[in-house]
Amino acid sequence: MSGATLVGPIGSRTENYLNASYGIRSWLLTLDHKRIGILYLVTITLFFCVGGIFASLIRLELITPQGDLVDSETYNKLFTMHGVVMIFFFLIPSVPAVLGNLVLPIMIGARDVAFPRLNLLSWYCLVAGGSLATLAIIMGGIDTGWTFYTPYSSTYSNSYVALALTGVFINGFSSILTGVNFVTTVHKMRAPGMTWFRLPLFIWAQYATSVIMILGTPVVAITLLLVALERVLRIGIFDPALGGDPILFQHLFWFYSHPAVYIMIVPGFGVISEVIACFSRKRIFGYSFVAFSSLAIAVLGFLVWGHHMFTTGQSVYAGMVFSFITFFIAVPTAIKIFNWTATLYKGSVSLDSPMLYALGFIGLFTIGGLTGLVLSTLGVDVHLHDTYFVVAHFHYVMVGGMVMAFLSGLHFWWPKFMGRLFPEGWAKTGAILIFAGFNLTFFPQFVLGYLGMPRRYHVYPEEFQVLNVMSTAGASVLGVGYMILFLSLLWSLFKGPKAPANPWQAKGLEWDIPTPPPLHNFEVMPIVTKEAYPYDEPDEEIEQIGEIERVKQEEEVV
Amino acid sequence: MSTEMRLFPELASTIAWQVDTLYIFIVVLSIIFTVGIFVAVVYLAVKYRRRSENERPKAIHGSIPLELSWSIIPFFMAIFVYIWGADVYFRLYRMPADAMDVYVVGKQWMWKIQHPEGKREINELHVPVNQRVRVTLASEDVIHSFFIPAFRVKKDAVPGRYTQLWFEATKVGEYHLFCAEYCGTEHSTMIGKVIVMEAEDYQDWLSGGGSGETMAQTGERQFQQLGCQTCHKSQNIGRGPTLTGVFGKPVQLASGETVVADEAYVRESILNPSAKIVHGYTQIMPTFQGQVSEETLMQIIAYIKTLSADE
Repeated sequence: MSGATLVGPIGSRTENYLNASYGIRSWLLTLDHKRIGILYLVTITLFFCVGGIFASLIRLELITPQGDLVDSETYNKLFTMHGVVMIFFFLIPSVPAVLGNLVLPIMIGARDVAFPRLNLLSWYCLVAGGSLATLAIIMGGIDTGWTFYTPYSSTYSNSYVALALTGVFINGFSSILTGVNFVTTVHKMRAPGMTWFRLPLFIWAQYATSVIMILGTPVVAITLLLVALERVLRIGIFDPALGGDPILFQHLFWFYSHPAVYIMIVPGFGVISEVIACFSRKRIFGYSFVAFSSLAIAVLGFLVWGHHMFTTGQSVYAGMVFSFITFFIAVPTAIKIFNWTATLYKGSVSLDSPMLYALGFIGLFTIGGLTGLVLSTLGVDVHLHDTYFVVAHFHYVMVGGMVMAFLSGLHFWWPKFMGRLFPEGWAKTGAILIFAGFNLTFFPQFVLGYLGMPRRYHVYPEEFQVLNVMSTAGASVLGVGYMILFLSLLWSLFKGPKAPANPWQAKGLEWDIPTPPPLHNFEVMPIVTKEAYPYDEPDEEIEQIGEIERVKQEEEVV
Repeated sequence: MSTEMRLFPELASTIAWQVDTLYIFIVVLSIIFTVGIFVAVVYLAVKYRRRSENERPKAIHGSIPLELSWSIIPFFMAIFVYIWGADVYFRLYRMPADAMDVYVVGKQWMWKIQHPEGKREINELHVPVNQRVRVTLASEDVIHSFFIPAFRVKKDAVPGRYTQLWFEATKVGEYHLFCAEYCGTEHSTMIGKVIVMEAEDYQDWLSGGGSGETMAQTGERQFQQLGCQTCHKSQNIGRGPTLTGVFGKPVQLASGETVVADEAYVRESILNPSAKIVHGYTQIMPTFQGQVSEETLMQIIAYIKTLSADE
C-alpha cells in the first residue's frame, strides 16, 4: 500500500530505531531505550507463556476433587513456579521495564535514559536471573510456594530452592537498576519547559514505582540470600531448630513483597491515566490528586506488611496498627478510581481497544481493591487468610489490574513503536473475551474462599467442585482471549498496515515524532509550553503538513 | 459431583455469626461502590460517546469540593469498618479465662491432639457443645495453620513457639479441620474433622479407651524420668528454683526483668535454659532441645500447671 503512493505514511522512508541497524548484535548490544524495551517485551512474553502453561495445568487438575492429572509434589511445584515466574519475571518488569523503557524518555523530551549502559545491564540481569530460575525448573522445580516461607524453604523442601532463589536475587538487580535509571532520568533529563506538573501522569506513576524498587528490592534480595545461605550452610536465621525465627522471614519478605504489589499496580495506574485521557479527549480530572495519590500509595505501601501476618500470633495490637494503615491506602486508591471515572464526564469517548482494556481495568481493579478491604478487616481476615478468597483478590489486582493495564498500554503504543496497525476488531474481541473469562475464572474463587477452601490444595473436599469447574471453564475462555490478542499483535508485525504518526490523535511528545520513532527520538530539542493532555486544542495540523512536505523534499533529493 | 451451591460455610460457633455479619456488611458496601462505578462508567461512556471525529471537548481541571468529598467520605467509612473489624479480632484472639484446654501439635502431615484427661487422637478433635475450648498449638517441623471454617477461626502453628486460639461450638455435628498454611507435599491431606458432641456424650467419649493416665500424670512421669526433680524440688531447697506455685505468676529474672511464667516461658526454659535465668540462680541447667518432643513438652507443662492449681 505504501510503496505505490507518491507520499507514503509519515516517516516510512526515514531512518528510525528499527531500521537504523540490523543483525542480532545490533539488538543484544543496543543502548537505545526503545530497543531495550522491545527486548524486555520479548523476554517477558516468553515468561508469561511459561507461567500460563503452569496455570492451565493447575486449573485442569482442579476440575476434580481427587488428584488425577499430576501428583501432589508436581502440583505444588506447578503453583510455586506459576507464582515465581509470573510475579518476578513477568509482572514486575511488565509495565515499568517494557512500557517505561519504550515511552518514558520520549514523554519527557529526552533522547534516552540517563544511563543507557546500565539500562542494558538491567535487561541482562533479568535474562540471567530468569535463566537460573528456568534451570531450576528444568532440573526438577521448586515447591515452596512463591512466598518461600521458612523453615519449609530453608530446611524441609527437597527441591531446587537455592538455585531459584539465586535467580530471583539476580533479577532483583534488574529492578534496582531500572529504578535508579528512571529516577535519575526524570530528575535530570526533562526537556526545557517540562516542569513536574506538566509531566504526563504515566511519569508520576513510574517515578513512584522506581522509588519503591530502589528502597524495597534490596530487602527481599538479602532475605532470599539468607534463606539460600541457611539451606547451604545451616546458619540459624530462620529455622528455630538452629536458633532462628521463622516469623522474622515473614516480616522481611513482606516488607518488600507488599510494596512489590504496588510495583505491580502503580505503573498500571499511569497507563490508565494516559489511555483514559486520550480516548475521552480530556485532561485527567484532578491531575495533581492522581499524581500525588501514586506517591502516597508508594509511601504507605511500606507500612502495611504486617497485614499478611494477622494469624501468625503477632501481637493483637500490632495487627490493629497494620490494619489501620492498610485502610488508609483505600483513600488514594479511591481518589484514582473516582477521578478516572469523572474524566469521562463531558468527554468525547471512543471505545477503541486500549480504552476497552482501560475501562475493564477500572471495573476489575475496583473489585480487587474493595476485596482488599475485606481482607484488611481484622476479624474477617482470620477466616479468609490463606483461602481462595486471597487468591481471587490478588488475581483481580494483578491480572484484572496490572495485566489489563499492560495490555491497554501495549495496544495504545504498539502502532507508535512497531510502526504497524493491528486488526482493531480482533483486538476488541480479545479484550472482551479476556474481561469475561477473567471474571468467570476468579469470581467463583471469592465464594470458594469464604466457604473455607484453603489455597494450595491439590485435593479438596467434594463440596467445592462446582465452583472449581466454573473457574476452570472461565480459564479456558481467558486462554482463548489471550491467544486472539497474541495472534492479532503478531499478525500486525508482518501484515499490518503501516501506522501513521498519531493513529489515536493523542497528545504528548511521543505522538509528535514520526512513527516508528527516530533513533534519537527528537531531531531538535522539544520545548514544552503546555500542561499535559491539551485535548481541547485542535491538532497541530500545520506541523504535520510541514512533516509531509519535508519527506517529499527528501524523496526528490534522492 | 455435588451440585449443591452455598455462599456461606456452616455457622457453628459463637463468633461465626459476628464474622458473617461484618463480612456481609462490607460485601454490601462493596457491591454498592462497584455497581456505582460500573453504572457511572457505562453511562458516561454512552452519553458522551464520540459523535464526530472533530470533537474537542472543553477541558475540566477538577474540583476541590468533589476531591475532598470522595476522599473524606470513604475515609470515614474505612475507619468504621476498621473499628468493627478490630473489635471482632479482639474477641477472636483474647483468650477466655474459663476455657477447657486442648493441646495440638502439627507435623507433616497430621494433627496430633491431646486432651488434659489423657485422651489422644489424630486428625480428629472431639469437643463438647456450648463449652469454651482453648487450643494451644505447636509445630514439630514447619509452619501449619489450624483452620475450622465452620467456627471462622484460624491460627498458625509455628515451630519454636506456642500460639493459641479459642472457640465455643454452638451446634452438634462434624466440621472440616484444614491445614491452611502450605506445609509441603501432602499439605492438602493434612485435614481432619472436628466432632462437636453433647456434654454427656463427650464425657462418655473421654472415659472410653486410652491409657487411663491424664496429661499431667504423664507429664509427671516424664518429669521424673528426665531427672528434673533432682534440682526443681517442691520447696525452694534445690539447685534450681521450685516450680510449685510458679505457673501464671510473675518471676523475677537475674537481668532485673519480670516475666509471667506462662506456657511459652516454661517451654523456652526447658529448651533454652540460659535465655531467662531466675534471680538468685546460676545457669547450670542443660538444654533439653532434641530430647523432648513437642507433645512431651505439653505434658510436662500440664504437670507444672497442676503444681500451681492447689492454691
